[in-house]
Amino acid sequence: MKVGIPAEISPNELRVAATPKTVKRLQKQGFEVQIQKGAGIKANFSDKEFEEAGAKIVNTAADIYSSSDIVLKVKEPSLEEVHMMKEGLVMLSYLWPAQNQDLLKKLAEQKVNAIAMDAIPRISRAQKMDVLSSMANIAGYRSVIEGSYHFGRFLNGQITAAGKVDPAKVLVIGAGVAGLAAIGAANSLGAIVRAFDTRKEVAEQIESMGAQFLTVEIEEDGATSSGYSKEMSKEFIEAEMKLFLEQAKEVDIVITTAQIPGKPAPKLWMDYHVDAMKPGSVIVDLAASTGGNCAYTKNGEVYTTPNGVTIVGKLNQLPSQASQLYGNNLCHLLDDMGKAEKFKIDMEDAVVSRAMVTYDGKINWPPAPLPVSPTAGGKAKVIPPTVEETKKSQDEIAKKKATSTWISIAVIGVLLLLVGAFAPSAFIQHFTVFVLAIFVGWQVISNVSHALHTPLMAVTNAISGIIVIGGLLQTKNDIGNTMTILAAVAILIASINIVGGFVVTHRMLKMFKK
Amino acid sequence: MFIVKEIQTAAYLFASILFILSLSGLSSQASAKRGVLFGIVGMIIAIIATVMGQGVEGHAYIIGAIAVASGIGIMLARKVEMTAMPQLVAILHSFVGLAAVLVGIGSYLDPSTQALSGAEHTIHLVEVFVGIFIGAITFTGSIIAWGKLDGKIPSKPWSFAGLQLMNLILLTACVVCGVLFCKAEGTDGMLYLGIMTAIASFIGVVLVMAIGGGDMPVVVSMLNSYSGWAASAAGFMLGNDLLIVTGALVGSSGAILSMHMCEAMNRSFFSVIFASSSLGARTGEKKAIEGEVTALNHEEVAGLLKEAKSIVIVPGYGMAVAKAQYPIHEMVQTLQKAGKKVRFAIHPVAGRLPGHMNVLLAEANVSYDIVMEMDEINPDMPDTDVVMVIGANDVVNPSAQDDPGCSIYGMPVIEAWKAEKVIIMKRSMSAGYSGEDNPLFYKPNSEMLYGDAKASVEKIMSFLKA
Repeated sequence: MKVGIPAEISPNELRVAATPKTVKRLQKQGFEVQIQKGAGIKANFSDKEFEEAGAKIVNTAADIYSSSDIVLKVKEPSLEEVHMMKEGLVMLSYLWPAQNQDLLKKLAEQKVNAIAMDAIPRISRAQKMDVLSSMANIAGYRSVIEGSYHFGRFLNGQITAAGKVDPAKVLVIGAGVAGLAAIGAANSLGAIVRAFDTRKEVAEQIESMGAQFLTVEIEEDGATSSGYSKEMSKEFIEAEMKLFLEQAKEVDIVITTAQIPGKPAPKLWMDYHVDAMKPGSVIVDLAASTGGNCAYTKNGEVYTTPNGVTIVGKLNQLPSQASQLYGNNLCHLLDDMGKAEKFKIDMEDAVVSRAMVTYDGKINWPPAPLPVSPTAGGKAKVIPPTVEETKKSQDEIAKKKATSTWISIAVIGVLLLLVGAFAPSAFIQHFTVFVLAIFVGWQVISNVSHALHTPLMAVTNAISGIIVIGGLLQTKNDIGNTMTILAAVAILIASINIVGGFVVTHRMLKMFKK
Repeated sequence: MFIVKEIQTAAYLFASILFILSLSGLSSQASAKRGVLFGIVGMIIAIIATVMGQGVEGHAYIIGAIAVASGIGIMLARKVEMTAMPQLVAILHSFVGLAAVLVGIGSYLDPSTQALSGAEHTIHLVEVFVGIFIGAITFTGSIIAWGKLDGKIPSKPWSFAGLQLMNLILLTACVVCGVLFCKAEGTDGMLYLGIMTAIASFIGVVLVMAIGGGDMPVVVSMLNSYSGWAASAAGFMLGNDLLIVTGALVGSSGAILSMHMCEAMNRSFFSVIFASSSLGARTGEKKAIEGEVTALNHEEVAGLLKEAKSIVIVPGYGMAVAKAQYPIHEMVQTLQKAGKKVRFAIHPVAGRLPGHMNVLLAEANVSYDIVMEMDEINPDMPDTDVVMVIGANDVVNPSAQDDPGCSIYGMPVIEAWKAEKVIIMKRSMSAGYSGEDNPLFYKPNSEMLYGDAKASVEKIMSFLKA
């Protein structure tokens, strides 16, 4: 099967859907790889590198679209590109199906089986192919670098001979993959990081990345079954805006990451927030392409407000790194679809059926919803007992234990007296031996280490074969005697026990090595 | 050639001492092999002293039976796979039980005991009766346990509402039989003895059928204990102190092991044996689990291991089923060569037999220095980089510590979640034996690696070597 990679035609798209590394990987999966001339230039991969990795260099995009079975792309194709595609072609690309209904229709007409990489469901199994996560990770990291570049100071605090430098304060809004990556990057550069999210469940993740979790004093959880947050109540938003206003006066860099799939980004950082910020502060708006979280954001531009706040509305995509991760995501998906040999479009598969937005000439969008987070059942509030209560109950237990010990000792004493009163002397003798042996056994076994419990059981098993003595005492010379037959059988099985038990214990112990 | 009674008694005493030394020898790895030797010597002395005693006849049959049995025993012990140890132990228990029944019947038929009179006769009859009762329960119970461990009988608990009541009625019937048996003249009591043996056998079956697979360590050690008591009862009826002492040693040893196991599961002995608190029944409301299950592939796991400095492996029954101990050992060696600190953490009830995991790891040549008990390893968890949970579930369930409504609440567990990263190797997301969901899987620092344990470890190895 042939996999083709055309060059991206959009001037803003620097990435490419394969790198020399993923080309090698694709070949390992059994695919033949062909790539359009110059496809990797913008991401710093030369044709020579691709050729060395084993890809065939093809001159035109038309050749790629007409001779490949599978096409890997980054940005959604233009209508001209769609026209070049052959019938039955499988195309993996970003498609944004919710916004691009016309494109879907065209693809369906052309009978192209298109997989929207941005529609891969966000379930555990599909994480390795989740391009939104892998790209968000890059964006989050880059947002800090970009913000720091436009910010005129250090991020970390320093005490130098020339004077003390306070660390910068970074506020991250939205703790999705991008937000968490931003928190991590800012934290490792030494900034004081705070983060806000409407979903209470991410508090732990925020803190684990080294940021302080900001929250409003209103009980409302923004978590939904899709993994994205829902829209919050009016009271909540008012409280949130108030919180942001307080933060705006303090923080140096704001990174906003809130996006809603298929809708314009929510406005979170209002004009009055920007106006309240100190001159020299920076806002990095990762939602710029979908309208921006900040009221002043201009998509694709870096812009400074009259009061000296820089708003970054474009981001370097780190094309080389992004291409590598995106290419890996694609490889993982192809892996899942059966590689070259057993390649199959399985519409029963939860991942493929959701991402396959056009199939067999039909549009397959939108798919049925699929919950991500495990369903939280009825929540029970557990009130842990206080220290005093625990101590009290422990004391009570100890007391009860002591009483029950005394009672059982008394009962044992009475029973022993009863036995003494009625039993003949021979029995008492045996009984004494019996009780003492139990105690000896108890003391001896209590010291055996856990690790040797199985050998111990095998040995006690062998030793309990001592019942063979019962059989030995009962055998008679006369084999016709019922007793002798019973005894012989008893000897036989008890001896199996003895020999088997000892041998297997020996075998086990031989294995224990230091 | 006979030896006199006094010398025989002295020999028995010597054998008893050797048996005690044998068991105490097992308290450490260093003295364990010597312990087994003591046991063998003790057993040989006991048998020789008995056979050479006065009144023993039929030497030819004795030697023949022992010779055949030795052959069978050696074959069984040589052939058995270490993963099948629980089955072997269980079936050997049933032999002791059956032997006790046979010896009991023999003792009842023995003309010399018929000559006893008065209280002595009654006591002897009671001893015979009790001995056979315990023996029969041990016999059938062990066979069922063997079947369950071997997968021949479904390991799910089999129980019904009136079980307790039925057991009570059956026990009463046994007591009635016992009274009639003691009153019967000559060997007329055989009928009652037969009825009781049948009832006891049935109780043995029902008792073990009602217990589920995960409680098997308790059951097997309990049956171990019963087999000891059966031997002891035989000692009473034969008036033989060596049997009494040895039986009592084994009986109390099994009892202690069962108690250890129960403690490790935070359940009372009676609730396990009488299956009164069936697992999975919740006492409180379920605590909500928050978070998302995330999975890694083998290459990523290998990457994590390459970066880690300190690694702890928590094996469970799943490792035994997949026979993954060999590739695990290989992986541990590779990691150790790379300068990493690798240790194993063993929960007391991991596996189907007390100490089962230790034996399996020893079989794969894992040095016992790095095999730790739960209490030894828990304090080190926060400093551990990666914990690999291989085929274990309930023993790493944090609910046991923080969810009072959970059926295993209070059971001591290995605190895997405190480590930097937890990798859980499992075949699927299904719940553990207790039926409880495991919130560990949903923690942000834990990752799943699905698939058969052995295949997974081998794949990880290939990436580690690459």
